[in-house]
Amino acid sequence: MSADLSQFFQVFFEESTEHLAEMERILLSIDPHAPDEEELHAVFRAAHSIKGGAATFGFGDMAATTHTLESLLDRVRHHELGLTAEMVDAFLETKDAIAMLLAGHRDKTPVDEAVVASACNKLKSIEGGESHSSPEPVTDSAEAPATDSPDATTEYRIVFTPPADLFKRGVRVEPLFDELASLGELSVTAEVAVPDGFDGYDPEQCYLCWNMTLNSTAQLEELRDIFMFVADEDEIVIQLVKPADLHHDPPTVPETNLKNSESSRNPAPESPGRRLYDRDETAPNAFGRRPVDGTESSSIRVGVSKVDQLINQMGELVITQAMLAQTAQQFDPVLYESLHRGMELLQRNTRDLQESVMSIRMMPISFIFSRFPRLVHDLAAKLGKQAELKLVGETTELDKGLIEKLADPLTHLVRNSLDHGIESPEERRQAGKQPNGTITLRAAQTGGRIVIEVIDDGAGLNRTRILQKASENGLAVSDEMSDEEVWQLIFAPGFSTAEKVTDVSGRGVGMDVVMKNVQAMGGRVSISSESGRGSRVLVSLPLTLAILDGLSVRVGSETFIVPLNSIIESLQPQLDDINAVSGNTTVRVRGEYLPLLRLNEIYSIKGAVDQPEQAVVMIVDAEGEQVALLVDELLNQHQVVIKSLETNYRKVDGTAGATIMGDGHVALILDVGDLVHLWRKAPQI
Amino acid sequence: MEEMTSTMAEDGAREYLTFTLGKEEYGMDILKVQEIRGYDAVTSIANAPQFLKGVINLRGVIVPIIDMRIKFNLGTVAYDEFTVVIIINVLGRVIGMVVDGVSDVVSLLPDQIKPPPEFGTGIDTQYITGIGTTNGQMLILADIEKLMGGADMQLVENSAENHLDLAA
Repeated sequence: MSADLSQFFQVFFEESTEHLAEMERILLSIDPHAPDEEELHAVFRAAHSIKGGAATFGFGDMAATTHTLESLLDRVRHHELGLTAEMVDAFLETKDAIAMLLAGHRDKTPVDEAVVASACNKLKSIEGGESHSSPEPVTDSAEAPATDSPDATTEYRIVFTPPADLFKRGVRVEPLFDELASLGELSVTAEVAVPDGFDGYDPEQCYLCWNMTLNSTAQLEELRDIFMFVADEDEIVIQLVKPADLHHDPPTVPETNLKNSESSRNPAPESPGRRLYDRDETAPNAFGRRPVDGTESSSIRVGVSKVDQLINQMGELVITQAMLAQTAQQFDPVLYESLHRGMELLQRNTRDLQESVMSIRMMPISFIFSRFPRLVHDLAAKLGKQAELKLVGETTELDKGLIEKLADPLTHLVRNSLDHGIESPEERRQAGKQPNGTITLRAAQTGGRIVIEVIDDGAGLNRTRILQKASENGLAVSDEMSDEEVWQLIFAPGFSTAEKVTDVSGRGVGMDVVMKNVQAMGGRVSISSESGRGSRVLVSLPLTLAILDGLSVRVGSETFIVPLNSIIESLQPQLDDINAVSGNTTVRVRGEYLPLLRLNEIYSIKGAVDQPEQAVVMIVDAEGEQVALLVDELLNQHQVVIKSLETNYRKVDGTAGATIMGDGHVALILDVGDLVHLWRKAPQI
Repeated sequence: MEEMTSTMAEDGAREYLTFTLGKEEYGMDILKVQEIRGYDAVTSIANAPQFLKGVINLRGVIVPIIDMRIKFNLGTVAYDEFTVVIIINVLGRVIGMVVDGVSDVVSLLPDQIKPPPEFGTGIDTQYITGIGTTNGQMLILADIEKLMGGADMQLVENSAENHLDLAA
């Protein structure tokens, strides 16, 4: 398949390897008699993520195996079954089997189906043997079109019966034939079948059916991949006619329809000289070995730690530069003109360098977005829905670290939109809407944040259902809750309004994972929804984790940094704009009354100006709500390097970290949203 | 260097950095000490206990500073050019502690260390590993790691759990 897709395969492989390693780590440390709730959830989420990814990329065997694992895990985590040591062993064995399947897909290493089957059977027998009829991984390797020698060419017969709307979907078939032809000798014949004579002929429809014969060394898998984005599994039939090197054999025709392609993937060559499957290969690090691909590229792979080191050192340089600039200001600009010119140059160069260094970590969001068309296409087909995916702002760049962590949450959101949001075509017609729904993924940079929206034009969130489900789950709810608060309920762990558990969604792992992951990145999630019109999930993330633009303010003798992107305006209030409302002070700004937060009170700072009319009031945006911050004085605008307080100390409420100022002092960076929470919690004076 | 460590290993002697808090002389494992420096202006942290003076910038790393004199009510609390901060490396963290003074590095053999007595000193006895004697002087050997990890220090986020573990 094209290099493009394999790029995403790599990401999936890497993520899954991480998930597997995580799963193993937890399973090995878990105490079967007293399992940690959170750890069970973590194992389950890892399994869920792998399954989702495997299904997206069409690795059906992995998805099926993981599904079995997930089902049992789900019952364990809901306390329907108690965890036993035997179970943990079975989980580990399954994890190994999944790792082997993964290696099979990635490195084309042989896969021992028997191991997979035995792992699955073990899980099922633990679960109570009630689900023996569910699709088992096929162990029958006789069907597999084994091509022992890589040079042997095989004759394939391919029948491609495309859907009538092939051309309408904008699919071009010529590249397909080109790609097939590049694999070997190809001959194609086309059949035209206009159903009702030429009366019913629609020039935009595709009435063609192609019969192809291909002599190639390629594996069945590769052929299948070519049609991946074009044809559904039942539209393409690939038959293995005969392995070309076995001319004397009677023409046994092992036939495989791609519907059952699980059985045919990665045939294990039964040659005795090759070991089939070595247990050691399941060790998390054993997959580091990859087939070296010979293509040269104009990029270099560098360890992320090296880039991080570069960014850290860059941060130090920014601080040093600020320090120098501060010192240089003490010199007379006339006498020391060249010094000042040099300082200006240094400042500009530092800024340029900083931008370049930061850009190393920046990647376009299309890196994640481009996996969704396939996901939506497959999922829509599976759910019997019609959906169109619109991508907007794919070139928006954000930090690589964020991109990787964003993949899982976005996948969940898109799946949710399609599964819960978009209605079936009939329902849509009844509601007077287009039968095909639209899901829009939009990314944009606004100020210092990246905003990603997942918008669907489906039914919207169902307030009653959410409330009902929430009270069933034992969450505190009341009918008076605002819509905003109700939507927040779906972020509770284990919450799902889906009627039945499908392999798409409904297990309720979605939204709490989304929330957790996004919050871990310093981001926020908000939902808006309109019944019958659709819903919109908004994920807002900081542009980067390392450096931010801030305004330094003085309160008493302390200096704080307020992130520039949260500042709306600063003003000096008039005495009659200051009012007390039930013990709280408010400031009137253009007719609006905003609560006044006194930083000196929140942080118990002595010696600060207490009269608002003698100080400065900053209007800041705290998670969509405007509040006024009382500070003594505004100092300067800086670019500051965010340093973690947690490294050596602990989180300080109301702050997003600390930074080092030009004079070497430490200043705390305020997190305005957190500050408001802190203020609300504090007893009012 | 190699020779030194081998002789150290042979006679089982360990080196301790001694510091004073009020009139008491304390000793801590020298391997936990990163450096000793003067007291710089600290940035105070709101709503933190009084003994946590704040954080400083130690060559680009943010380091919390604890004043042991306030914490254990020993010595006179004043900050001048003689105030000493011992930067220690415990629990995977870098922490600075203010003491009255740093005196010496002494080497103690195991038989020079006696079990701790059951009477109170400035530091809670559970953090004392033993009493050393050197040149006729008494030295209280403190387990600085345990001390810093304790819940009342509020240095570690989940220090309550840590504390229980250590107490058990």
